[in-house]
Amino acid sequence: MDFQLPDYNLRLMLPEIFLFLWALVVITFDVVTKRKSESAAGYLSLLGLLITGGILSFTGYGRGFGTMFFSDPMALFFKVIFLGSAFMAIGSSFGITKQKIVNHRGEFFGLILFSTVGMMFLASSQELLSLYIGLELTTIPLFVLAGFFKDNKLSVEAAMKYFIIGAFSSALLIYGISFLYGLSGTTDILQMKINLAITHLTFKNIGVTLLLSIILVIAGIGFKLSLPPFHQWTPDVYEGSPTPIAAFLSVGSKAAGLVAFAKIFVNGLSAFYGPEMLPNDWGKLVATLAVLAMIIGNTVAIRQTNIKRMLAYSSIAQVGYIMIGMVAMNELGLSSVAFYAFAYMFANMGAFAVVAIFEDKTGLTQISSYAGLSKSSPLLAASMAVFLLSLAGIPPLAGFMAKYYVFAAAIKTAGSSASSSWLYWLVGVGMLTAVFSLYYYANVIKEMYFSKETSPYRVEFSAPALMVVCLGLIGVFLLGLYPEPIMRFASDISASFGFIPN
Amino acid sequence: MDFPYLSSLVFIPIIGMALVMCLPKDKFGAIRWTAVIASLPPLVISIYLTIDYFVNYAGFGTMAYVEGPFSWVPSLNIQYFMGVDGISVPMLFLTGLLSTISLIASFGIKNRVKEYFAFFLLLEAGMMGVFVSLDFFLFYVFWEVMLVPMYFLIGIWGGPRKEYAAIKFFLYTLFGSLFMLVAILIMYFTSEPHSLNMLTLIDHGPTMTHTLQMVCFIFFFIAFAIKVPVWPFHTWLPDAHVEAPTAVSVILAGVLLKMGTYAMLRVSWPMFPDALRTLSFWIAVLGVIGIIYGALVSMAQKDLKKLVAYSSVSHMGYCMLALGAFSSATAIAGCMFQMVSHGLITGALFLLVGVLYDRAHTRKIAAFGGIGSKLPVYSSIMIFFSMAALGLPGLSGFVSEFMVFVGAFGAINKVLVGISVLGVVLGAAYMLRMVQNIFLGEFNLQRWGGLTEINGRELVTVVPLMVLTVLIGVYPKPLLMLMSGTIQNLVNLMAR
Repeated sequence: MDFQLPDYNLRLMLPEIFLFLWALVVITFDVVTKRKSESAAGYLSLLGLLITGGILSFTGYGRGFGTMFFSDPMALFFKVIFLGSAFMAIGSSFGITKQKIVNHRGEFFGLILFSTVGMMFLASSQELLSLYIGLELTTIPLFVLAGFFKDNKLSVEAAMKYFIIGAFSSALLIYGISFLYGLSGTTDILQMKINLAITHLTFKNIGVTLLLSIILVIAGIGFKLSLPPFHQWTPDVYEGSPTPIAAFLSVGSKAAGLVAFAKIFVNGLSAFYGPEMLPNDWGKLVATLAVLAMIIGNTVAIRQTNIKRMLAYSSIAQVGYIMIGMVAMNELGLSSVAFYAFAYMFANMGAFAVVAIFEDKTGLTQISSYAGLSKSSPLLAASMAVFLLSLAGIPPLAGFMAKYYVFAAAIKTAGSSASSSWLYWLVGVGMLTAVFSLYYYANVIKEMYFSKETSPYRVEFSAPALMVVCLGLIGVFLLGLYPEPIMRFASDISASFGFIPN
Repeated sequence: MDFPYLSSLVFIPIIGMALVMCLPKDKFGAIRWTAVIASLPPLVISIYLTIDYFVNYAGFGTMAYVEGPFSWVPSLNIQYFMGVDGISVPMLFLTGLLSTISLIASFGIKNRVKEYFAFFLLLEAGMMGVFVSLDFFLFYVFWEVMLVPMYFLIGIWGGPRKEYAAIKFFLYTLFGSLFMLVAILIMYFTSEPHSLNMLTLIDHGPTMTHTLQMVCFIFFFIAFAIKVPVWPFHTWLPDAHVEAPTAVSVILAGVLLKMGTYAMLRVSWPMFPDALRTLSFWIAVLGVIGIIYGALVSMAQKDLKKLVAYSSVSHMGYCMLALGAFSSATAIAGCMFQMVSHGLITGALFLLVGVLYDRAHTRKIAAFGGIGSKLPVYSSIMIFFSMAALGLPGLSGFVSEFMVFVGAFGAINKVLVGISVLGVVLGAAYMLRMVQNIFLGEFNLQRWGGLTEINGRELVTVVPLMVLTVLIGVYPKPLLMLMSGTIQNLVNLMAR
């Protein structure tokens, strides 16, 4: 029997290959310069990300390695998010690498790049095992990065916690995947979709095994997304990790989780959505978790006094909003998820960048230490206010546009039939908790602006930090005022998943 | 294409804000005058629009100076669409006038001057935007954009409990707005083809099912009622008013509250006639409760500013009563009159309270007495506006209240109207009590001997309001003619 080699189509994988090699270059460079690379290693990494972005813009759509590696709108869109969040994370870590990470700059930047490579692989894989490997490549460097301050108890604790939970969740995920394989006889997501549908139609009911695998996969990815009840690690890890890494975790690794989720559920298990599919209906299960995320994230954040913990809970809540778009299952759904993630990247990376800049200067992460900052460092305070208002969803900023998009997607489905009117309740919870969220975001603004005293800290921007903050501001305003190009790009995603506007 | 009058109303203040931001922060004079000058073109344009609309369109009440609809976000059918008619033009004028006046009245601000004026101009842009938008999304954006500068203005330059007042205002209004957002989305997805165009949706509204109409109507009502504020959604108002700096109180009372009633007339009233018929009685009831409750609480106030704040609840109650009597064009016209006249009168009252507070550093009514002999000019102006507020014939407050009563009497439950007339008596009671306590009686020479008379700048801010109050009170016909065509159209829409 002739065995035909699949078409590798390496051209599609060029960005990943390049970035992987570049990460090695960065590490080597730091070693070759006898650990005296200063900020050059950082600039080198930023350059690498830019070049990768450039290559990415030329690769176009297609498939390689048979049906394992896809370059479709979703992959492309999310790769931009990954590269963007890595870019902003690295840009805001120049202060930390200068002061605290003197001997391991190369590894620090290199690991961020490796993790980015993992995310990019994940976004392109159309097959459960390579998807799993992508997810592992994403998280393993992050375990190390979370514990980069070896002498700091909190950082070590963060790394341990993240490692144990991460390993545990990976195990759950692979267990769930094994069930899916058992049910469908394939790990190819498209084939799995067909096989499961056939099984379902033939035997009328696949039974609880599918439910088990759905639960396991949701749990596995839920840990990455910090979707309650799998969220407990988030605040501790964000608090202990170096701030830029916390930022990267909250955006990059979450976006990776979203891609995995969309691939497995919105694509692979799209047939098992809706009340007639009980008990295998994953829609309501995920919606319940989204409700929990919005309620827990937004209420617990109110009580936080540490800004990193506050942002951690806020990120839990934001995932709740994104999940609303995920369960909408119409032509707006996935587009709104992608758009939300993009808008969230600018606002959240920006907010974390400000926290990092402030921490580099003062070593403080208490919200109360921001008091009077608007007088001593007006630009920093104003940027922070803009980022927080965007996260709260105040127009005309990106966060509002994103929330509007997500809610629109849900209400469209909710109004389409009586059996999906439960989505109204999901939107209702989203709206109400958005009011809560304004309270804690505004609390930081209150400290910065309403205090009578002037802050004793005068914080100046370094060039890369300024660049990150400016990038965030541009993104937040642009996506809020003129979202059309990105929305059009995002709507290709839904189309590529088979949701055609009627 | 014609000159984009409406866009310039919105964007000139934003340009002004950018200019103010570029100035060095210790050049107070330059900052103040830049801000005032930036607010003049909108004022001039709004005056021009009022006159031009009166001459060319008033009889038909059609949309004029329409810009767009231009595609803004085609993916979601969001359009840039502006236009004004007989109910928005007076509001534009009121906004332009009160903004300039408030900016002049803010010259006393010494702390963080640059930020103050920048936020103020952003606020003006937002307010103008609400009154000119004809696309729901645009409308919502302006509605919300305004909250941010308001939050900062109260929070930074406010009184002792400014932080509480600022966040309460912000959260309360956002809470309401989100209901509006859901209603907007429901309207969007039930319309075919999907649209956010308010004029199209006015045709679409009555075709929706009764349940859906009720849901949307109530959602819109919550959003707008919080802004008005209708009892029982009024609790943010006394806090915000008392803590806000004088000029911000003027804008709050003069313009922001009107946005609620304006939005009802523009959006939910003509859009959902079925729901309106079902609920109009209860809306009128809420209005009457507001009138009586606001007046009674005002009577009990010891703080002058709080008294004026609660009187706003009472006065906006008349608007709600009129809106409950939607079938009567007279009542709706009365509502519009009340919006304009309350803007003028209460705006002036807040300015005057601020004048006194700047000098005496207290607002306790009981602390004063016999001020009339020391400050004759100030006192006569203050008494003039108090009379206007209690509805003295010949001044604008009387015209509007009278129209509301006449219109409502024929349209809704007469007992309800009868009860609401009590509000006038109560209004007289708290206003006269205040006048008596502050301006009459024994003068405490030791404590208040050093008070100085109202100065030229402060006079500049209140005199235009006085002139307009008298003008509308004595000769209301032009204003009525300006609005009559549009009001007739609205009444026809609501009668569908």
